[in-house]
Amino acid sequence: MTSELDIFVGNTTLIDEDVYRLWLDGYSVSDAVALRVRSGILEQTGATAAVLQSDTMDHYRTFHMLERLLHAPPKLLHQLIFQIPPSRQALLIERYYAFDEAFVREVLGKKLSKGTKKDLDDISTKTGITLKSCRRQFDNFKRVFKVVEEMRGSLVDNIQQHFLLSDRLARDYAAIVFFANNRFETGKKKLQYLSFGDFAFCAELMIQNWTLGAVGEAPTDPDSQVDDMDMDLDKEFLQDLKELKVLVADKDLLDLHKSLVCTALRGKLGVFSEMEANFKNLSRGLVNVAAKLTHTKDVRDLFVDLVEKFIEPCRSDHWPLNDVRLFLNQYSASVHSLDGFRFACSGCIT
Amino acid sequence: MPGKLKVKIVAGRHLPVMDRASDLTDAFVEVKFGNTTFKTDVCLKSLNPQWNSEWFKFEVDDEDLQDEPLQITVLDHDTYSANDAIGKVYIDIDPLLYSEAATVISGWFPIYDTIHGIRGEINVVVKVDLFNDLNRFRQSSCGVKFFCTTSIPKCYRAVIIHGFVEELVVNEDPEYQWIDRIRTPRASNEARQRLISLMSGELQRKIGLKVLEMRGNAVVGYLQCFDLEGESGLVVRAIGTACTLDKLSSPAAFLPACNSPSKEMKEIPFNEDPNPNTHSSGPSTPLKNQTYSFSPSKSYSRQSSSSDTDLSLTPKTGMGSGSAGKEGGPFKALLRQQTQSALEQREFPFFTLTAFPPGFLVHVGGVVSARSVKLLDRIHNPDEPETRDAWWAEIRQEIKSHAKALGCHAVVGYSESTSICEEVCILSASGTAAVLNPRFLQDGTVEGCLEQRLEENLPAGCGFCHIPYDELNMPFPAHLTHCYNCRKQKVPDVLFTTIDLPVDATVIGKGCLIQARLCRLKKKAQAEANATAISNLLPFMEYEVHTQLMNKLKLKGMNALFGLRIQISVGENMLMGLASATGVYLAALPTPGGIQIAGKTPNDGSYEQHISHMQKKINDTIAKNKELYEINPPEMSEEIIGSPIPEPRQRSRLLRSQSESSDEVAELDLSHGKKDAFVLEIDDTDAMEDVHSLLTDVPPPSGFYSCNTEIMPGINNWTSEIQMFTSVRVIRLSSLNLTNQALNKNFNDLCENLLKSLYFKLRSMIPCCLCHVNFTVSLPEDELIQVTVTAVAITFDKNQALQTAKTHAEKSLQRASTDNEELLQFPLELCSDSLPSHPFPPAKEHLESASSNSGIPAAQRAVTVEKASPVGEGNFRNRSSPPCANSTVGVVKMTPLSFIPGAKITKYLGIINMFFIRETTSLREEGGVSGFLHAFIAEVFAMVRAHVAALGGNAVVSYIMKQCVFMENPNKNQAQCLINVSGDAVVFVRESELEVVSTQQPTANCQPACAGGEVTT
Repeated sequence: MTSELDIFVGNTTLIDEDVYRLWLDGYSVSDAVALRVRSGILEQTGATAAVLQSDTMDHYRTFHMLERLLHAPPKLLHQLIFQIPPSRQALLIERYYAFDEAFVREVLGKKLSKGTKKDLDDISTKTGITLKSCRRQFDNFKRVFKVVEEMRGSLVDNIQQHFLLSDRLARDYAAIVFFANNRFETGKKKLQYLSFGDFAFCAELMIQNWTLGAVGEAPTDPDSQVDDMDMDLDKEFLQDLKELKVLVADKDLLDLHKSLVCTALRGKLGVFSEMEANFKNLSRGLVNVAAKLTHTKDVRDLFVDLVEKFIEPCRSDHWPLNDVRLFLNQYSASVHSLDGFRFACSGCIT
Repeated sequence: MPGKLKVKIVAGRHLPVMDRASDLTDAFVEVKFGNTTFKTDVCLKSLNPQWNSEWFKFEVDDEDLQDEPLQITVLDHDTYSANDAIGKVYIDIDPLLYSEAATVISGWFPIYDTIHGIRGEINVVVKVDLFNDLNRFRQSSCGVKFFCTTSIPKCYRAVIIHGFVEELVVNEDPEYQWIDRIRTPRASNEARQRLISLMSGELQRKIGLKVLEMRGNAVVGYLQCFDLEGESGLVVRAIGTACTLDKLSSPAAFLPACNSPSKEMKEIPFNEDPNPNTHSSGPSTPLKNQTYSFSPSKSYSRQSSSSDTDLSLTPKTGMGSGSAGKEGGPFKALLRQQTQSALEQREFPFFTLTAFPPGFLVHVGGVVSARSVKLLDRIHNPDEPETRDAWWAEIRQEIKSHAKALGCHAVVGYSESTSICEEVCILSASGTAAVLNPRFLQDGTVEGCLEQRLEENLPAGCGFCHIPYDELNMPFPAHLTHCYNCRKQKVPDVLFTTIDLPVDATVIGKGCLIQARLCRLKKKAQAEANATAISNLLPFMEYEVHTQLMNKLKLKGMNALFGLRIQISVGENMLMGLASATGVYLAALPTPGGIQIAGKTPNDGSYEQHISHMQKKINDTIAKNKELYEINPPEMSEEIIGSPIPEPRQRSRLLRSQSESSDEVAELDLSHGKKDAFVLEIDDTDAMEDVHSLLTDVPPPSGFYSCNTEIMPGINNWTSEIQMFTSVRVIRLSSLNLTNQALNKNFNDLCENLLKSLYFKLRSMIPCCLCHVNFTVSLPEDELIQVTVTAVAITFDKNQALQTAKTHAEKSLQRASTDNEELLQFPLELCSDSLPSHPFPPAKEHLESASSNSGIPAAQRAVTVEKASPVGEGNFRNRSSPPCANSTVGVVKMTPLSFIPGAKITKYLGIINMFFIRETTSLREEGGVSGFLHAFIAEVFAMVRAHVAALGGNAVVSYIMKQCVFMENPNKNQAQCLINVSGDAVVFVRESELEVVSTQQPTANCQPACAGGEVTT
């Protein structure tokens, strides 16, 4: 006796959150059944493995049918085939677009191209995330990227509007899209200690301060605007950063700057002496990184450079986090008092 | 020109990409009704086209309005080649034809293609302006309301319950026509869909005519089925109960203007025949004397005109009619015969209802059923379907005589079904023999009747159990005792019925679903031999099914079955029997005795031991079940009863009579004489198996209950959380050396596993009850068994769940009070937005004119319709208001029950009767058979919901999936499925929302139509 056909269709579509998770995690039906068995569900409910198998199959089929709609979440809201309460719809979308920290760190800043997609099996082996799940996450990134790529207006708002994600998740996607667009290198060994959250934080600040949208130069003629407001760095701003070279090139200015910072921070830093000794090096490092940003290649290496030139020296001197923050704040604040430089510092490396 | 149909195509969305090059679609729409077609402009390059068309107007006969569906086809324009069809929408406009239902159909409909499934949605607005001519009921039966609900619909009151109406139409199945060989599957499927839709419309119209002849205004318990007879054709048949219903808010009993006293009618001969055949109603039954005029004698002069119209109609539509279709001249002999049979059919005192107004049901005799095996032959002349008619007439006659044998003059809970395999067809009919209160069946003042009912008042909750037959002259050996409730009348020891548990019945504990499952192998044979083989097997199957039911009932410690439905399906090499019912413990009936096992060879010691072990197990199970279902009847001493109390230890033997006649009511033989303890004789391995299978049925997990009736006795605090579902399973039997036992086991496992799966899936709803569990079994191919289940899971409040019988009284009181509320509710329902400050005076007007369907002059009636549409528009405009704007798709509930827990049905919008075919030639790509059917059923639900929402409703009640025919051919990567569903579209209002609603427009009305509102904004 073999079961040829076995289906269950409810007027309200049944969504089992646990099975959904297993499906999103890319487990096959048999693996999912095994995992469910291990969770002790049989004992709780008195069901048999066959029942579990059939139930899992049903849910997988439903999810498979829903997947097409999840690719364009507004469709899920307007479709008539599945009657799903709004709260469940939101859950389906949110979970579908959720991603694994380990995975996102692997692809952050990479071009969302076919080439990267081919590397997914390596990522899968490395992270222990199933290939299927990797593909879904990658495709999600790519899909969001494609949709918002050409759009004007706030990146986060666009994502939220077209994918109905929660605010937090939309922000994360904004960061991913931003990184992918600017192709920031994040995979180097030196950067491994940084979490996605760290990068997302940077991305947010950069979107706020470094992009065209941020600079607030609303284009007079919208058609002439080639660049995306929130996605591309403001070239003029980067050009302006070159002017910072004067901070290290002019000996007097450097000394003045140093004394200003030192005066302000005296007694406040645990690592004051180290700071004082290293000020020149640190300042040179930061300014050089900033000044180089007109080259695309250097933009990509922004985080590598920052770590090499600034964070590593600090770390070798065992600067506490708070001291770094104080230093950077003071560092940029003093510049303002120097001669009104506009300097939105990357004071965000935590 | 009695009607103008107006259609507007507003917009489309989510259309599929038809042009690969541009990834877009150039869509336009064809609107077709009858032979008239309109087209919209082509909306270039858009997947979300906005057509905003003008109003397409069709001027049509109301007869066509009833028969024809509105056909909307969405196409992709192609300059160089033929336009590609994207899909279709069929809209049944029947709900617009009676003024109390919907006034406008407006909303998003899924665009359906039989090959690709749903492909986007289209927004359509449909209206009908009905004009009048004086003899408007000649050809059409506009205005007769149809309900699938098998009880008097809420918010209506039955003035008269006239009785049985039936009709069937036949046609050739397009799939089996020669043209099918050269046409695409799509064209073939669409031809079939269209034909069935047309036949359904025609059938409904003809039934409507019969109802009008009977002076009724509604059909309740309308059950329409179709038989795919393959080569020999397509039969669409329907049965129902004609009633005169009265909207509860209008207190004056509605009587047709031309209502003549019944005596007069009796004299008018039934003159369908050109030369009046005075085969008067002269029924041979003694019942006739008891004033139960089931309207056979009510024939009117109108009748003759009706046959005329049939004449004009039949050639045009090319379809046959049932007993109403007549042709003159050469067929006189036939005609006479038909008229005669028509007469007799009128005499069938059958009611498709399963729940009744209080006082209607007096006594219940027991289940009556009849089956017959027929060989299908080609229907040579579809206009003369008299063979099919005769077959059914024969069966009905048999049912009637069975009922008579039980001392009953009526059959309630009546239903008919067929099972077809190749050219063999089993026709089945079953019902419950009953004695009814005659006053409901006559014209007359119901007020008086109701009062009388209250006065005479039978002893509460046990009257219907009392035997209707003569104690001294019993039709079968039965064990009678005095009623445990009133102690005056006699009651049987067990009671089997096909109806729902009467509201006033006193039940102890809870009920449970009881199923008997059975398979019998049969040799493959051809035609005549096959039919004979089947006929020979049938009585044994019936017998075994009843034995199983009885055993399981005893094992549960219960004494009555409700909602019994026995299905016998025929396959190539086997027969399957599946009986489902809800077991309960009726307080009026005696405590059931236990089950006693008797061994055949008492000398063998180990055998004895085995037997006693088994006996112990059985006793334990009974005790456990009693506890589980809270069956603890009050102890009674023998003296009080005055009749022997069952002696549990008393030994007796059941004689298996092998010689019963084929169609005899098997249950009668099972009443096993004057015995209480039921003895199972284990004389061979078969019997052993039987006992084992008894014990393998596992009770549902704790927190779950199940029943196949409307409500579960002992639970009455339902929450509003409901989940309707359909589950389908097909298993393939290993063809090697199949035995009856192995088959039985397989089948049993299939059903049990299916139930277990349901319990598991719905575990989040605990505590919950599966209500109206409806199993259907079919044998699509040699080694395949298909089981389809539709049911609704309803969560109840655990804390109050323990309340039992005593709340019944309160409940009925509540019901009465809700009826009163409805009284207040109704006028507000009808009043338009424009008159919020003075809702009552205009509402009154509406109400009067709306409720009197045929009695008022034409002019006034036309006014009603005119008035009704602005209301609709008012609603429509209102719908686009902000509160709804953010909600996306309105929720539409679906339930097989006639009610929605925690809510009140405020309006019936019309019947939903839909038929779909889905076919695929890429089965594997669509996820195999499961993926294919899963998607299809989900789509069917979606289409039902969309239609209900477009009517302005928010729920479907009495939903039923009448057919789910699935065929596959995995080798060719193909599959096909046919689904037929029906139900009543309604508007309901949550009881908690009632107060809010009574001050404004019903919010429920607004909710589902939001989608429509979006378009206008």
